[in-house]
Amino acid sequence: MNESDAFSHPDAKARLFDGPDASAATRSALALTWADPPGWLGALAAINHKTIARRFIATTFTFFLLAGVLALVMRLQLARPGNRIVSPDTYDALFTMHGTTMMFLFAVPVMQAVAAYLIPLMVGARSIAFPRMNAYAYWVFLFGCLTLYGAALLGAAPQAGWFSYVPLAGPNYGLGKGPDIWAQMITFTELSALLEAVVLITTILKMRAPGMSLNRMPLFAWATLVTQFMVIFAMPSIMFASTALILDRLVGTQFYNPSLGGDVLLWQHLFWFFGHPEVYLIFIPALGFISSILPTFARRPIFGYTAIVLALIATAFLAFGLWVHHMFATSVPALGKSFFTAASVMIAVPSGIQIYCWIATLITGRLNVKTPLLFVLAFFFILVLGGMTGIMLGAVPLDVQLHDTYFVVAHLHYVLLGGAVFPLFGALYYWFPKISGRMLDEGLGRWHFWLFFIGFNVAFFPMHLLGLQGMPRRVWTYSSGMGWSDLNLLSSIGAATIAVSIVLFLVNVVRARWRGEPAGRDPWGGATLEWSTPSPPPPHNFDAIPVVHGRDPLWDPPGTPAYVSGLAADAREVLVTTALDAVPDLRPLFPVPSIWPFVSAVATTVLFIGSIFTPWAIVWGSVPVVAALTAWFWPTRRQNAQALALERRP
Amino acid sequence: MSTGTSADGRSGPAQPRTPTRSTLPHSASTATAADTIDVRDLPSFGFSSRSLMWWATAGLMLIEGTVFALGVAVYFYLRDVNASWPLGTPVPDWRWGTLNTAILIASMVPNEIVKRAAQRQNLGASRAWLVVCLAFAMAFLAVRGIEFAALNVMWYGNAYGSIVWFLLGLHTTHLITDTIDTAVLAALLYFGPLEHKRFVDVSENALYWYFVVLSWLPIYAVIYLAPRFHP
Amino acid sequence: MKRSCAFFLARPGLLRPRRTHCARHRRAIASTVPVVSGVSVTMPAALARAAIPLEHNALAPAGIQAEHIVRLWHLTLVVCGIVFAAVLVGVLFALLRRRTAQRPQPPDLSGNVKPERRTQRAVIGVSVLSVVLLVGLVVADVLTDRALSKLPVADALHIQLTGWQWWWQARYPADHGRPAFATANELHVPVGRPVVVALGAGDVIHSFWVPSLHGKKDLLPGITSTIEFRADRAGVYDGPCAEFCGAEHALMALRVVAEPADRYAAWAAAQTATAAAPADAVAAHGMQVFESSACASCHTVRGTHAVGLLGPDLTHLMTRQTLAAGALANNAANLSRWIRDPNSVKPGTTMPAVRLSTPDLQALVVWLTTLK
Repeated sequence: MNESDAFSHPDAKARLFDGPDASAATRSALALTWADPPGWLGALAAINHKTIARRFIATTFTFFLLAGVLALVMRLQLARPGNRIVSPDTYDALFTMHGTTMMFLFAVPVMQAVAAYLIPLMVGARSIAFPRMNAYAYWVFLFGCLTLYGAALLGAAPQAGWFSYVPLAGPNYGLGKGPDIWAQMITFTELSALLEAVVLITTILKMRAPGMSLNRMPLFAWATLVTQFMVIFAMPSIMFASTALILDRLVGTQFYNPSLGGDVLLWQHLFWFFGHPEVYLIFIPALGFISSILPTFARRPIFGYTAIVLALIATAFLAFGLWVHHMFATSVPALGKSFFTAASVMIAVPSGIQIYCWIATLITGRLNVKTPLLFVLAFFFILVLGGMTGIMLGAVPLDVQLHDTYFVVAHLHYVLLGGAVFPLFGALYYWFPKISGRMLDEGLGRWHFWLFFIGFNVAFFPMHLLGLQGMPRRVWTYSSGMGWSDLNLLSSIGAATIAVSIVLFLVNVVRARWRGEPAGRDPWGGATLEWSTPSPPPPHNFDAIPVVHGRDPLWDPPGTPAYVSGLAADAREVLVTTALDAVPDLRPLFPVPSIWPFVSAVATTVLFIGSIFTPWAIVWGSVPVVAALTAWFWPTRRQNAQALALERRP
Repeated sequence: MSTGTSADGRSGPAQPRTPTRSTLPHSASTATAADTIDVRDLPSFGFSSRSLMWWATAGLMLIEGTVFALGVAVYFYLRDVNASWPLGTPVPDWRWGTLNTAILIASMVPNEIVKRAAQRQNLGASRAWLVVCLAFAMAFLAVRGIEFAALNVMWYGNAYGSIVWFLLGLHTTHLITDTIDTAVLAALLYFGPLEHKRFVDVSENALYWYFVVLSWLPIYAVIYLAPRFHP
Repeated sequence: MKRSCAFFLARPGLLRPRRTHCARHRRAIASTVPVVSGVSVTMPAALARAAIPLEHNALAPAGIQAEHIVRLWHLTLVVCGIVFAAVLVGVLFALLRRRTAQRPQPPDLSGNVKPERRTQRAVIGVSVLSVVLLVGLVVADVLTDRALSKLPVADALHIQLTGWQWWWQARYPADHGRPAFATANELHVPVGRPVVVALGAGDVIHSFWVPSLHGKKDLLPGITSTIEFRADRAGVYDGPCAEFCGAEHALMALRVVAEPADRYAAWAAAQTATAAAPADAVAAHGMQVFESSACASCHTVRGTHAVGLLGPDLTHLMTRQTLAAGALANNAANLSRWIRDPNSVKPGTTMPAVRLSTPDLQALVVWLTTLK
């Protein structure tokens, strides 16, 4: 084929272009262009970022509920001393699955999922970057969840804790396939998270609306950007650790075997080098939620935008320098431990700065107290208390008493729920109208909030005292003479209260979906671009890409030019802008829906599950994966023809 | 367009109403051409960091670079916690690894030529030099197989063997994926439907090739030099 | 982990009037029954008098190390409490003085036009104050850490502790003329004398933690570490395993008894003795059952043919307050129950249920209760 034939294309036809003054036909063409294909096959081939994100959020939430049920069983077992509701092995599986599910299948992915929905809308884009890869990341994640729970239902649940220390999880003491399932679940979720990080970073840096320079970007986008860079540097560590664990168990490597040169602490270093940044992967996006919700309900722009951005970046850097504080009870040298004490305590500074800026925003604003704000206000109580116990745990002398006791269980739940789950619920109440077009009921929302807030504190505050009174973690039972019985019972009552509050939330969601008050475009009077679209947004997000002139596009006085025009309405064209100043740069054609991301995810799953049982699965399993990825990448004639018709060379 | 649609253009459950009036918040009805930025004349692709593919490749390099860095850190950590190193095992045979390093470094030449040909959007040169790159790939993959045997230790022998096989294996995985990528691109340039944006993919593949070669150099130093020269 | 058999060889012990010694011990054991039982065990009311409480509260220190820690705890609690209260006051202030409006007001963009100097100064001021407080805490942390590492260890009592799933193996090396001996699951230490414990793990990671005396230190396979503490008042202290180590992590508690130096010396001397020969025919038959059944393949009783190394040394079993590392009070009924069906007490335990006929089991328990 000679060169001119290779690039032959049909004559360019008259096309539809978007713009603020486009016709109704153009707008419906845009919706058609970006819509998902119909039917079951269409559902599997869908790549619209909102579709994928809704699935992602629903999946993570389902596993949140499952992990919550596991916790309720644990609290039932611990409500009385000497209970025999579950056996020790079952209890060990319960807390392993609870922690694993919450950390790997809920807390980190839900933040990426919400970002996958909101970021294109907030930065003024029609799509997320790499929409097919975004879909693939979701399918891989889903199959990872199903693998873990499928294995658990088949009796192969991991039982070595969510942190899976060796040698307990190693080849000599980790009997059965549980630790391998756990380690491979890591591979699934880590692959998904890393791909999602690349997707989000590229979207934020290259697809912002014109005029949205970095210093005008919403704080939620900053928080997401910072978090995704952390994902990139933190996830490889657990990938390495879990791969080495599988290799030790499957093919006899000796990474963690001290009698042949390995080291048990190697696991802990690798795990916590990931594990500490991981809690910030959960926490920092939630800080972004707060920075989005607070201004809307304080009716003023956030105070201290620049300080908050710098604080987010500082937190991200510092988060990588803390990991040894999980190992203060080991034989790590004392001087090293002191360094990590200093770092662990000092990371409170950037977090504190953000909190002070938010309080300043609250004090100088005019508060409109609605449910989203209530959940954000809970942060100031619960997270700050958790942060205080974190400062305590950062001190080596205090930590060596409190480590591996119920004090830490209290601390981690205070920071994770206060710092992430409460703001997440605030975010759900805040953006549910945008996603579904309906308002959640405000009255039910308040009941949910107060039951959750009170139940949470009743469940977890007593655990501080239990830890100080000598109750270790991860114990399936305790004796009646220890004096722990009453506090444990109280804690279990609190847990039940939390469960009731979650049920109320589910009722609220279900009722609102069918009978909720229509939300309209902007029910809260928000400042950022997602509130300029209809609720729910059309498949193409914006009829015309807006041009941004300030940090709060919907509050700032209008500027000119106000919109972008000239993108195709009958093809998936997006606007790519420059990374720093968002100057329009390219007009690439994005891919259409395709079944190949789903097929590739199935092939990947077969490869991952097979390699739990035999190393040859890596060789044979790679063949279908490569085939599926090649088919994904290989252009069809029709796509190619459309691309050529729209092509313009630089 | 491959979207199968029902009569009114809807697909899937929760459907936005097809807008009949403008849904834009600002008074768009008074917007004129002067109030918009018209982008219809922007190019549809660009090279280097203008392209989204560059950002994906850069992300991959950061991720894999971190894995390599961790591997090196683990090597030195294990060396540090053991009194003798490499744990009574003979050091790897330096000849095959050094030969392969030479082949890899040499492969940067056709790689650079491909990159420039792609950026000039020259189809003939891109095709031909991709095939040359593939030839180099065959060579370094073959020698890599011999390198494994020349390590003088098995992965199950001790922790030193484990980490050395892991490092070499990790890099080999990259060699293999890079080879496959290059082969698929070459096939596409020869047989597939083409648009000029493919040149961006060829250019970014060259970037990944550079990463695979340059990331080898510290790994080479760790596997072959570190056990020989240590305090 | 190689264990030499040397310390299991019988050594001549100091002869002591055993009856009164044991009577005191027996009362001490019985009186701790109510606080010890992990599962309900009936116990005569008379013995419940004068119970020595099992201590496990980090805020009620019984030794110098735990005291250093409690002092830091109080300081940190106060500082953190003040900061927490200040944040809450800030939020409540914003809530209480708010000018409510039901409908969302148009946003106030005045901050974009002119800089909010007063707010800026307030935020900067509070941030600087936070840094000062945090630096102060770090200094206090490091100073406390230093104090913990400076425990004078002249003439320390050395103990070697090895953690196993799910029991504690202890060896007391020779000290001041007293020969070495092995024991399990219960440590006695003299009040006022520093103790240095060398920590090792036999299988997986465990953690040594006696909250009344000090913080915890992990027992790591392949690594030896030490912990140093000093008990400053007599008492009985709980030492639960503090690193998840498998199914019965919850029922792996070390017991630390701190007692005056002379009582400690008496205890240690008694531990070095081999088991006394059985006094009557039932006990003799019990010893024979022990030696000929599976018991001897795991347990050692010095002075008999049982030299097993897989389980606790039972030579002075009846000097301990509990059985199965804190799972049961140590008495005949529980002994019988434990031997007959260990899994019902400690599901997943590595001790197998040994099939014995009822007379054999009774004889065995009679003999075991003579191991004082």
